[in-house]
Amino acid sequence: MNILSLFVIIPILTIFALMATKSFKQARVVAAIGMGIQLITAAVLVFWYLHERSAGNTAEMLFYQSHVWFESLNICYTVGVDGIAVAMIALTSIVVFAGIFASWDVEFLTKEFFISLILLSSGVFGFFISLDLFTMFLFYEVAVIPMYLLIGIWGSGPKEYSAMKLTLMLMSGSALLLVGLLGIYFNSAPTGGALTFNILDISKITIPIEAQRFFFPLTFVGFGVLGALFPFHTWSPDGHASAPTAVSMLHAGVLMKLGGYGCFRVAMFLMPEAANEMAWIFIILTTISVVYGAFGAIAQRDLKYINAYSSVSHCGLVLFALLMMNKTAMDGAIIQMVSHGLMTALFFALIGMIYGRTHTRMINEMGGLMKVMPFLAVVYVIAGLASLGLPGLSGFVAEMTIFVGSFQHPDIFHRVCTIIACSSIVITAVYILRVVGILLLGPITNDHYLHLDDAKWYERTSTIALILPIAGIGLAPLWLFNMIGDSLAPIINQLSFIGF
Amino acid sequence: MIDFTYTLFIVLIPMAMFLLLGLVGHKMKSFAGVLGTFGLGVSWILSIITAYQYFFVAGKIEGVYQKIIGFNTVWLHLTDKLHIDMGILLDPISVMMLIVVTTVSFMVHLYSIGYMKGERGFERFFAFLSLFTFSMLGLVVATNIFQMYIFWELVGVSSYLLIGFYYQKPSAVAASKKAFIVTRFADLGFLIGILILSFNTKTFDFIALTDVNGAAIATGAGASFLGLSVMTWSLIFVFMGGAGKSAMFPFHIWLPDAMEGPTPVSALIHAATMVVAGVYLVARLFPIYAISAPEGLMVVGYIGCFSSLFAAIIACTQFDIKRVLAYSTLSQIGYMMVGLGVSGYGGHEGLGYMASMFHLFTHAMFKALLFLGAGAIIHAAHSNYMNEMGGLRKYLPITHITFLIACLTISGVPFLSAFFSKDEILTAAYYHNRIIFWVELFVAGLTAFYMFRLYFRIFWNKEPQYHHTPRESPLTMTIPLIFLAIASIFAGYIPFSKFVSSDSVPFESEIELGLAIPSVIVGLLGILIAFVMYKKETSIPDKVAASFRFFYRWAYNKFYFDELYLFVTKKIIFRYISKPVAWFDRYVVDGTMNGISAMTNYMSYQIRGFQSGQLQQYAFVFVSGAIGLALVIMYLLIH
Amino acid sequence: MTEGIPLNYFLVLSTLMFFIGIYGFLTRRNLITILMSVELILNSVNINFVSFNKYLYPERLQGHFFTLFIIAVAAAEAAVAIAIIINIYRNFKSINVEDADEMKY
Repeated sequence: MNILSLFVIIPILTIFALMATKSFKQARVVAAIGMGIQLITAAVLVFWYLHERSAGNTAEMLFYQSHVWFESLNICYTVGVDGIAVAMIALTSIVVFAGIFASWDVEFLTKEFFISLILLSSGVFGFFISLDLFTMFLFYEVAVIPMYLLIGIWGSGPKEYSAMKLTLMLMSGSALLLVGLLGIYFNSAPTGGALTFNILDISKITIPIEAQRFFFPLTFVGFGVLGALFPFHTWSPDGHASAPTAVSMLHAGVLMKLGGYGCFRVAMFLMPEAANEMAWIFIILTTISVVYGAFGAIAQRDLKYINAYSSVSHCGLVLFALLMMNKTAMDGAIIQMVSHGLMTALFFALIGMIYGRTHTRMINEMGGLMKVMPFLAVVYVIAGLASLGLPGLSGFVAEMTIFVGSFQHPDIFHRVCTIIACSSIVITAVYILRVVGILLLGPITNDHYLHLDDAKWYERTSTIALILPIAGIGLAPLWLFNMIGDSLAPIINQLSFIGF
Repeated sequence: MIDFTYTLFIVLIPMAMFLLLGLVGHKMKSFAGVLGTFGLGVSWILSIITAYQYFFVAGKIEGVYQKIIGFNTVWLHLTDKLHIDMGILLDPISVMMLIVVTTVSFMVHLYSIGYMKGERGFERFFAFLSLFTFSMLGLVVATNIFQMYIFWELVGVSSYLLIGFYYQKPSAVAASKKAFIVTRFADLGFLIGILILSFNTKTFDFIALTDVNGAAIATGAGASFLGLSVMTWSLIFVFMGGAGKSAMFPFHIWLPDAMEGPTPVSALIHAATMVVAGVYLVARLFPIYAISAPEGLMVVGYIGCFSSLFAAIIACTQFDIKRVLAYSTLSQIGYMMVGLGVSGYGGHEGLGYMASMFHLFTHAMFKALLFLGAGAIIHAAHSNYMNEMGGLRKYLPITHITFLIACLTISGVPFLSAFFSKDEILTAAYYHNRIIFWVELFVAGLTAFYMFRLYFRIFWNKEPQYHHTPRESPLTMTIPLIFLAIASIFAGYIPFSKFVSSDSVPFESEIELGLAIPSVIVGLLGILIAFVMYKKETSIPDKVAASFRFFYRWAYNKFYFDELYLFVTKKIIFRYISKPVAWFDRYVVDGTMNGISAMTNYMSYQIRGFQSGQLQQYAFVFVSGAIGLALVIMYLLIH
Repeated sequence: MTEGIPLNYFLVLSTLMFFIGIYGFLTRRNLITILMSVELILNSVNINFVSFNKYLYPERLQGHFFTLFIIAVAAAEAAVAIAIIINIYRNFKSINVEDADEMKY
């Protein structure tokens, strides 16, 4: 049994175990144990991967395994990982683990909630391990559909509207994506031979350029909808605001990275020529995302909306860096995916905890929480500092790698866009400090708050599980940087053929 | 060759203290203060040892001070040529800064044990002080420009945490936010400068960048943009970052507000160390500035000159003691920038550079002394405002004498330290740029005036009714005052040019009497005017203010720059950019999506007429379809 | 019996009957009348089958057999249809086809 398939099997076993539970307390314990095992498996994977690499294994994908599924259409269940996928898997397992603990208080239909959540996470894991386009798409859908239930039933505010909008927009993105994938499939054998869905095989051949010009935008936009590409990002503010805590954590932290990962692994890896030609359009859109999202965040008054716009800005930076198409910028993009995933999960967890106590998310109604909930407040400040790119935390590493890498691009246009994107460090500082000042500092505005208690053990577990990797990557990034950098070799080779 | 690896401890001990005090400080109560101070004390002694070893034992080879790498490791490998290292670079100015930072920090730590006694968050204060010291030391010994940027940001955050120490006061929260955002904006310039610089020179390393014979200085001379070379542009951007941290115009607005922090913080950060980071940055990159980007150096000089004049004028009108000292700091840093701006490279040409660094050194001592003394005064008089005080010389003898020494020093009275450093700056200015020279001479007079206005108003003048009798501070607070006063007197006798110079080659420098005498006269004139106006209670100040009416009001309100910035940020950025963006996103972009769904609903509503429930309608459609199909097939069969 | 009458005459007859039946099905309101139109349609088809069998394939019998089938099925179907109409009357109190329209949007 391949270790990678474990990442899909363990969640499914957890779901079966959950179906057998009888009370909400049992359900959450089972979920925690299941995802704890998942986290340990991820750690094992990371260490095993690094060990294999240092032992000299230079295969493109490690732990490769393939089972034929539909022979006539050449669809296989193919799994394999490289450094980037390993990083993403590690991110997901940490965020899911933290998310289970952040949802310790859910009492309404707890069993069904955890089942949906874990089903969603199994889809995400499956996406990261797949190397067959069809299987990848299948897992992608598995990751998107439970969102509707999770937001619509356990959400808050205009949850039906948000759930509907989120699901429909993501579905239309995947509709575009399906067209793109089929386009790739039908062009996967230009010189004769069998059509294939296997990513590695397709990357070795060149898809005809006319087909690429048509299908690259479709695929990129299809993944971009999930990756918060302007102007397809509007499902994000309402969706995140109405979703329950763990769902927001998982969605902003991990699902939005599916978009970035897909853009990288499918759109750009398989169609590099078109990517090179059309990059400028998407660079303009992503630069707008970065600055627009940040400005939009300043004017918001609801904590979750601020964070949602912040996510739009940071995820825009991911796509921006990917489009620069040089090793450093792409390395930075992947680190930003990991870093932002952890940070935004932490933010949403904290917001959920604050909301659970004060029952409001509007910052004007709260104030002086540092006195009342010191642990949560300090963690919030640390998360905020990570978001604005303080050295010593992961956000700085990611952003600086992106800026330096993007600036190395020979074209003036790209460098000007890089400088515009750099301005986001100031705008981010503005809205982060604004929120910290209104929410946490200053005098206590509401006397009811004096009775609120600080974080409980499960909340501490959740937040510390997220802070440790943020600080770890911030202080010692070289191992992650190298792990990802080595795995970028195939795509950089591809790009060098087109004269980079 | 001595192994300088032990210098790593100078930087790491404060970091360890920060972690220790941050995590378990609240269990230690007042021992936290002792622990923090002890840690700093160890760093201080190690710095002195390093300085001795560097300057007197191992630093000089063939008469040139070497740049020695004490420690270096690759932290992040960005491209094949660009990598961010973490390391310790020892050269004359970094070793000098080690002494400055650790000395002032140690004094402030000692002082804070008494000053912050009994306050809530006592341990938190010492933790943040250690964090700040760690960041500043890391900045000072940086081997490459990115490491400096990293610690630059950390220094900014430490400053934010310390200014906002009394976090329940809205004014403190606002001040800390303002400081951070203004410096962040300047840091954007710094980042852009780093990007452009590294793109052209392909390296971050200081030794490679500032090698006079090296490739870095030679590149970039070619490409040019709007008349200035690429190197000049990148260095101007880098200076923008320095100007932000050093509160030069137009980034000066955060420094006066930063006085919301506790007074030891003002002494450490906003007088002696963080605010000179910008000066240090220019000094660090000085060879490139002087050789490849002389226009950049001109910018540095003019901005420094304007800032010093601007700040000195405002300082003459303020009543809050700490604000006077803050503007004084601004003015003196302007002097340091001027010193760099009028300097050439190499030997006696580099007089300005040497003088600037010398002034940095002496200024740290007497400015810290002034602030710590102000802290003692504020403690004793329970007020920040000098018009609520008077006659304190009877109650605070030690504070009085040390404060007086500091005031005499800053006014450039002969044989005290600043006389030497300030005059050398004026000398360098005289030979390079006459306009700057005259302006700075005038500023010297203003400096003497407003400092003695402060002195006389607090310690002489009419004594008000005090609620509590002012008492002298405890020993932990007065010992640092005495130490710094001694440093202020004797630091001037260090033959600085033997140690620090623009090309690391020691040279001789003398005081030019022809230039020293006017500055002394101007200083004494300032003291005299202040004596006349403020020693006894008179109505002269009010009459002067009334006669200058319009100008006075402008100066008192700091030329309305704060209001201008507030206008730009609140009205323009918030109301005219941010809100429209949010509106656009909700109603236009999102509106399009909602519109699509509304249209889909509408179309579906119209189409539902097909399911009317009427049997005959269904049959009609069925029959029409069949007939249509039959016609098509017949058509196709015939053709 | 049918010598001298061309095949076309029978086909025209059956076509006319077919379209009269269609017209009746689409326009009449009474359910019984609609049923009668359906019978017309079925019978027109019967005529078609028998005439083709007689004129084109006289030695075969398939056409006649199919006609007999249709007659039998039509009878059964009429019985079922009447049963449905009776039930509709009991529920809607009318045998107007426009009143039985509940299976709609």
